[in-house]
Amino acid sequence: MKYHELTISSALKLLSDKKISSVELTGALLDRIQAHDENIGAFITVDRQMALSQAKQADKDIANGNMKALTGVPIALKDILCTKGMKTTCGSKILDNFVPEYDGTVVSKLKAAGAVIIGKTNLDEFAMGSSTENSSVKVTANPWNTAHVPGGSSGGSAAAVAAQFCCGSLGTDTGGSIRQPASHCGVVGLKPTYGRVSRFGLISYASSLDQIGPITKDVKDAALLMNVICGNDKKDSTSAKVEVPDFMQALDQFETDGLKGMTIGIPKEYLSIEGIDPEVERVFNESKQIFKDLGANIKEISLPHTEYVVAAYYIIAPCEASSNLARFDGVKYGFRHEGTDDLIDMYKKTKSKGFGAEVQRRILIGTYALSAGYYDAYYGRASQVRTLIMDDFSKAFENCDFILSPVAPAPAFKIGENVDDPLTMYLTDIFTLSANMAAIPGISVPAGYSSKGLPIGIQMMANRFDEFSLLKAGYGFEKTIGLEKRFPQL
Amino acid sequence: MKISKGEIEKIAHLARLEIDETQKEKMSEQLSNILQYIDKLGNVDVEGVKPFSGAAFMNNVLRSDTLEVSPGPDVTLANAPHRDEDFYTVPRVVK
Repeated sequence: MKYHELTISSALKLLSDKKISSVELTGALLDRIQAHDENIGAFITVDRQMALSQAKQADKDIANGNMKALTGVPIALKDILCTKGMKTTCGSKILDNFVPEYDGTVVSKLKAAGAVIIGKTNLDEFAMGSSTENSSVKVTANPWNTAHVPGGSSGGSAAAVAAQFCCGSLGTDTGGSIRQPASHCGVVGLKPTYGRVSRFGLISYASSLDQIGPITKDVKDAALLMNVICGNDKKDSTSAKVEVPDFMQALDQFETDGLKGMTIGIPKEYLSIEGIDPEVERVFNESKQIFKDLGANIKEISLPHTEYVVAAYYIIAPCEASSNLARFDGVKYGFRHEGTDDLIDMYKKTKSKGFGAEVQRRILIGTYALSAGYYDAYYGRASQVRTLIMDDFSKAFENCDFILSPVAPAPAFKIGENVDDPLTMYLTDIFTLSANMAAIPGISVPAGYSSKGLPIGIQMMANRFDEFSLLKAGYGFEKTIGLEKRFPQL
Repeated sequence: MKISKGEIEKIAHLARLEIDETQKEKMSEQLSNILQYIDKLGNVDVEGVKPFSGAAFMNNVLRSDTLEVSPGPDVTLANAPHRDEDFYTVPRVVK
């Protein structure tokens, strides 16, 4: 048995049977990170001592018969989730010395469930980007081919899972930042419904769109993590008071019922989107056939406002970002520019030196769109279009259980290929932005490979709070296609 | 929508950013391209459509008015770049 090959569920089994210890497992993964992360760049921070002491505690708990949902399992966290006593940088110079005084709710929940925090993963600065090239710390490479990006913004979390540096990880998704890197790295990524998971301790980018979710080696592990992180939280007033099901039952339900009677919607507008790579189209069509073979009905549906999703998103997200990021002013935490005795000048120099180009670009767009005289034309109109996009989905789900689509229009591009062309980069988010705009859940599951050997995923989106259907269908699909045990050679 | 260099300067001041001369041209071009793309929102008929906001699904959240222990100044100010006892300090505002 090789430690790094363990999924969350297989590690839990071996730990509870006392066939392995958490110290052995955690130590093996730390060694693997040390040996190989130089070439991948998945992690910003790895605290060997802290991880091993958590592992030691887990082994004690197991010996005392106190096994919880994740006891002893090493999990990596995107470096935008606050961890008490452990640096949380957001991949930004402005927070490069920030050590939170508290744990975010998801971090508290993971710790309470016995998980070992193995490290903090790289990301596009403040989660703004689709390639993890916008990090001030480093560029992360795709473990399948290090000349290519891992996707983003949770590129470090997805690469860490694909490189088998951890059993599973958490990412965040504002416009596809869990699902797109999961697709590019050949792993599973689930963005839950807005409000399903508390955002307390997630450093805000766009508050009406941000959501935390699992990135894992297989669908079962995504269900396991969902069982731990979901639920209402008094510290996040937007977290929903909705019952959380046992997501593991979604897998059992597939085993007994298959997908018979389920209807899958294919939006006709998605088929006419320009610039879809033929290999993505091939994988999409093969996937459709698998769902047919599993007994699902395929139905054409319509999402008439698809054409406006990217435009509306790239107003709403930058507007919210310009407001949220105003707090980084060199006064309360983070970097401060020294050597000026003028307050406004201190603010300006702090922000301009602390934020990278993409973050400044989005702050400028947001500030412009919210400035006097432009609010109605931009934020107001984009919010109205958002209502129409949500209505499209509500109507669509009257006729189908979930919607099937590609995740990204092409496999992972090469590092450096798109850095100077922000609009082209934004347009590649077309398939993932809708789930955030409509506040619905979406999952990306590995579905095939390009001729160059780069992974290609498939996306399913379901109605609000129906992650259960996504996990059921995702599990069935994964079991049938049989790609979940394939990982790159480092 | 074309964003001139002058407008970039104005927005940058509002956002408390300092864009250097060489970047202004590039930002003006990139922002103009992005906003030109976004102009397509003008083609959507939004007559009578309510704007969506993130909290639209939520009910007001109330809590009972009970005292809780505050983390205290040492926790709150732990990350302050500059402090003077229990206060944040900034460059002099009143001269």
